[in-house]
Amino acid sequence: MAFRDGPFENLKVPLAWTAAVVVVVGIVGAVMLLLGDSRQTTNADNYAPARAAFETGAAPVGGVLSAPVRWTGNAVDYVKGYFFAVSENRRLRAQIVELNAWRDDALALKNLNGRYEQMLGVKTEPPVPMVTGLAITDARGPFARSRLLNIGAAKGVRVGNPVLSEHGLVGRIMGVSSGNSRMLLLTDVASRTPVLVERTDARAMLTGDGSGSPRLDYIRGAGSVQEGDRIMTSGDGGGFPRGLPIGVAAKGVDGSWRVKLFSDRTAIDYVRVLLFQDFSQLADQNALNAPPLASLAAAPPPTPAQAAAIQDVATRRAAAAAATAERVRAANAAPPPAPVAAPPAATTTAPTTARPVAARPATASTRPVAPRPTIPAPVQPTSTPDAEPAPAPAGAAE
Amino acid sequence: MRRAITVRVVGPLQWIVYPALIAIAVTVLLAIPFRLFGLNLPEPVFPVVLAFAWPLIRPSMLAPVVLFGLGLFLDLFWGGTLGLWPLSLLAVYGAILLASNFLAGQATIVLFALYVASTGLAFFLAYMITTLSLGNAPSILAVLGQVVPTLLLFPLADWLIQRFDDADVRFR
Repeated sequence: MAFRDGPFENLKVPLAWTAAVVVVVGIVGAVMLLLGDSRQTTNADNYAPARAAFETGAAPVGGVLSAPVRWTGNAVDYVKGYFFAVSENRRLRAQIVELNAWRDDALALKNLNGRYEQMLGVKTEPPVPMVTGLAITDARGPFARSRLLNIGAAKGVRVGNPVLSEHGLVGRIMGVSSGNSRMLLLTDVASRTPVLVERTDARAMLTGDGSGSPRLDYIRGAGSVQEGDRIMTSGDGGGFPRGLPIGVAAKGVDGSWRVKLFSDRTAIDYVRVLLFQDFSQLADQNALNAPPLASLAAAPPPTPAQAAAIQDVATRRAAAAAATAERVRAANAAPPPAPVAAPPAATTTAPTTARPVAARPATASTRPVAPRPTIPAPVQPTSTPDAEPAPAPAGAAE
Repeated sequence: MRRAITVRVVGPLQWIVYPALIAIAVTVLLAIPFRLFGLNLPEPVFPVVLAFAWPLIRPSMLAPVVLFGLGLFLDLFWGGTLGLWPLSLLAVYGAILLASNFLAGQATIVLFALYVASTGLAFFLAYMITTLSLGNAPSILAVLGQVVPTLLLFPLADWLIQRFDDADVRFR
């Protein structure tokens, strides 16, 4: 039987109903997508492969469209440089004179700081390599603020790497494909950056909210921030190196503390990606979670010379412990000090037995006696080889 | 002698596919990192225009599918939460579709009021979803910075409705 001869022959579903069904299905699909998305700043999200594939296709288009803008900017800079060469030369000369004094101070402080670090044994951070890239698209909305860069995993860029412009910190990498990467700006609503106030060393959390100036949350200490204070990364949590410049503190129109970003001074086109690995990336979680001294089980057996040295040290330690225990026993066995004699009674004629006990003057028997001090005996070292200390070098003595 | 009459067929390609492609192209164009005198290019949400105009033109099964794709494109292109704009755009489309019987043939000022309400609905949903998913509310001023350019696109929506509204009672 053909379909048109069946009971659905005259069934005509209104087009609005079918459209509504598609809308409902689409809404359900969108909700499923939302529930599956975990857009975080430190970890790649669940849709990282889809995003990477999309950005691989979108990046060339953005690169082509942004190229004329870049060329125009360069041409304008060239013309301006030609016409304003004299005034620019004067300004730079004055700046050099001013900076010469700063350079001398910086060299002296660097030398002094290096000596202090050497004396104190401070473990300084190694220099961080970096790669330069170009922003080719720009999202400036309130719900997403990010930029697509033309460098990716092929140049060593990884998720979480900090990104700097020539003025300061801009954001961090949130997604990487082979030739491109997406940078989450500090102003994005998902951005959280641990920062410090340079003047007071107070900690805070820089929280983006889609506006141009991110908010300072969780400021430690009352009055620790003032207008104009320099804000920089604190390095807490290991996500960023310490001391990257961010901006200056300012009061927002809503009364909250905000940060005017240094990177907002000019357009963000060329950026530097610090190939910095945060602590969580560097640390070997398996090694950190391993039981203590687990490597001893896999250690090679000691040589005869090492075994003799170990035995010698163990014997010396046992003898010293036995001597200490003997001294403690002797101190505890000594008789307690003699009690202080009671003062003679004022009247000796009255029989003492007739007095009520409660009326007696305080004597040694009613005086509180301090407990006899006891010296705890040291723990005797066991002779089992498992409990022996780590092998000492040959010739080690007590 | 009878003259040949040219019949111009207006199909989904004209009123759905081409506007969607134009919306994508303009969105990509406005995402150029261009800054002049400290000001960036505006970033309106072009597909809101389509989500408002399409159900007023006529119901279609293709339109919600394309809107879903446009929303997905916005999320991927802007690097936002996946599913945010598909949900917001389809909510606007569904609301207008439900009320389309009462809205047909209304004056332009009424349509503008309706467009304002639709844009408000889309951005309210996006605001709430972002706040709930990230635990941090976006700045109201920043939201207004995107709402206002989107509202300024109403002439495009009105033109689209006037251009393709066939006033066919079968779709009412």
